[in-house]
Amino acid sequence: MAKISVNEVTKKYADHIALDRMCIEIPERCIYGLLGPNGAGKTTLIRILNQITAPDSGEVLINGEKLSQKHIARIGYLPEERGLYKKMKVGEQAIYLAELKGIKKTEAEKRLKMWFEKFEIGDWWDKKVEELSKGMQQKIQFVTTIIHEPDILIFDEPFSGFDPINANLLKEAILELRDKGATILLSTHNMASVEELCDSITLINNGRSILQGRVGDIKRQHDTHQREIIIRCDDTLRVMNIADTYNNIKVEPTDQPDETKLTLFSTSPNDLLNQLLQVGQLVSFKEVLPSMNDIFIQEVQSQNQAS
Amino acid sequence: MNKIGLIIKREYLTRVRKRSFIIMTFLGPILMAAIYIIPIMLALNSSTDHLRVAVVDESRWFESSFTNNENHTFVPMRGQPIDSVKEMVKSGVFDMALYVPPTQLNIPSNAVVYSIRQVPMEVETYISSVMEKEIEDQKLMAKGVDPEIVSSVKTDVNLQIMRMDEKGNEKETFTEVQFTLGIVLAMLVYAFIIFFGGQVMQGVSEEKNNRIIEVIVSSVKPFQLMMGKIIGVSLVALTQFVLWIVLTLVLYLGFSAYLGLSNPEMLSQGTVMAQEITSNDIMSNENVQSILQIVHSIDFGTIIATFLVFFILGYLLYATLYAAMGSLVDNNTDSQQFALPVTVPLMVAFFTMFYIPNNPDSSLSVWFSMIPFTSPISMMVRIPFGVPIWQIVVSVLLLASTFVLMTWIAAKIYRTGILMYGKKLSYKEIFKWLKYK
Repeated sequence: MAKISVNEVTKKYADHIALDRMCIEIPERCIYGLLGPNGAGKTTLIRILNQITAPDSGEVLINGEKLSQKHIARIGYLPEERGLYKKMKVGEQAIYLAELKGIKKTEAEKRLKMWFEKFEIGDWWDKKVEELSKGMQQKIQFVTTIIHEPDILIFDEPFSGFDPINANLLKEAILELRDKGATILLSTHNMASVEELCDSITLINNGRSILQGRVGDIKRQHDTHQREIIIRCDDTLRVMNIADTYNNIKVEPTDQPDETKLTLFSTSPNDLLNQLLQVGQLVSFKEVLPSMNDIFIQEVQSQNQAS
Repeated sequence: MNKIGLIIKREYLTRVRKRSFIIMTFLGPILMAAIYIIPIMLALNSSTDHLRVAVVDESRWFESSFTNNENHTFVPMRGQPIDSVKEMVKSGVFDMALYVPPTQLNIPSNAVVYSIRQVPMEVETYISSVMEKEIEDQKLMAKGVDPEIVSSVKTDVNLQIMRMDEKGNEKETFTEVQFTLGIVLAMLVYAFIIFFGGQVMQGVSEEKNNRIIEVIVSSVKPFQLMMGKIIGVSLVALTQFVLWIVLTLVLYLGFSAYLGLSNPEMLSQGTVMAQEITSNDIMSNENVQSILQIVHSIDFGTIIATFLVFFILGYLLYATLYAAMGSLVDNNTDSQQFALPVTVPLMVAFFTMFYIPNNPDSSLSVWFSMIPFTSPISMMVRIPFGVPIWQIVVSVLLLASTFVLMTWIAAKIYRTGILMYGKKLSYKEIFKWLKYK
């Protein structure tokens, strides 16, 4: 059974349709990517999951139950537009936010101390938020998002505002949460992090889902059968001659003078490989799958052109 | 899980701990006490300050008119040239010199007071009143009228105002007291609505512009957040109000005790003098004595009860409007057009304060005290004059139901407004929000 299922959810605003019969199944214990250009409807969907707004029609099920107030304490949400009370002390504020999620004060304090230790921010407890840098505030914000140990986590652009070291810390924390059993919904424009983290994705455009599935499967579906061969051979001309007999091939020099890179678009590279092996030493052969970035651009553009 | 309670607690504690709140809490009573204490201090101080006035009267009319009292002594300096008397003022023999040049009847006298220090208002008033009286008498005599006759026909009419009810009970009323009481109560309501309503609005727009709002509304319903804030701020307002009253009483009692210990006679004397100074001609000595009677004639129970009800409901009604407005504010610049629906009714109510006392039972006065947006202020002006119970009940019911209706509308606007960034808003669009699910 899916952890979260979004069934035929539609949400209209005064001048446009934000979500049009959206369906998504998010399995348990996975990191699910929610992709799409700006204004596609991602934030609206996230807000519906958080019960900030209600859908006009359709329903959302959590563990097969209709979404209701009791699920609020089971969800942790890090919005894209995020902030803290500037004049409040860090510890006090974190406890307040935890209490709003239904955690008892003493318990909240205990867990917060633990997380502050882990993120090396323990000595900020009595500082006011306005005294901290933006990156520090982001860390606190992340801790307050997960403090109630929710089994569903929704992160909207979690990496924005983090330097590479802290982004890595965050990434590890997210993976750890997944391994501990949380189901994570990740909305981002950062395609590299999608490839690194996400098991499955949904690509939304103009309120509709245009692409859905496991990241690996999607990449395979968009496979252009691109293979990259690097061959070592002093006689570059011979390599060129062999390549000339094939149609879908591109030959490029590499930064090593005796190595040549051949990019082939074909499902049967065997003939070419056989010929090349006669003339030189094979350095590498690899399958090049399209990046999520390419797939994103390709899918959104083709859909926009069609409509 | 009482989330509203948590929100109220936070709103209350963060505001009460602010430096501005603490300063206001202490400054208010000190100012209020000062209004009462300073006149007494002045009266007491001036009474210890004895003034010697040299009188050089070349007209010979006024020499014997001035009488001495504990505050000032008039010393006639017949035949002395004014210049030498001025020298005596400079050297400190006298505090001041009054010079009256030769005066003819029908020609305004141009008397001069020479003094190194500022001449006390009291002395100035005394001198001119004595001289006016003397010239008047002279003029009367010149016309062949005996001033004795004039003073014997002078009459003071003391008009008593009695309010009757259907059962024939009569009650004396004191318009000035009711007027002052009504204005003070209405001002309090007005000031608290503006000040604490403004705090609600500022708090809402702060949360929106801080971008913390989305974090919070993923934990609580926007309605809970809005009501928590409104109630939290209202408790701050009540705290401030109660502290003001308590501190003012403490200051007043403390001051009285201090004076009472040092000189019990001076206290009563000072109080009476303060009354005379502050109320000048409005209240004669006779009225001061009947002040107890006035206090008894006012129905404090009803006034305090209605004040609290209208104070709280009025604040709640406007606070919801302020909250809705705050949710629309994006970068403080475009807040003006949305401020209008809140400020206009408040201003109207403010101006009724000056109209209603003239005729508290006119139909316009009654209407203003019924319309929910003006009633919290207008009713306060009317209350000390006596308002029929049915009118109070109708007004409270109207106010309470409008509050419920406005809360519903404000919650809808608030819910959408707090998550709306960087978009030009029109009233038409806001109206559409009311229909969102």
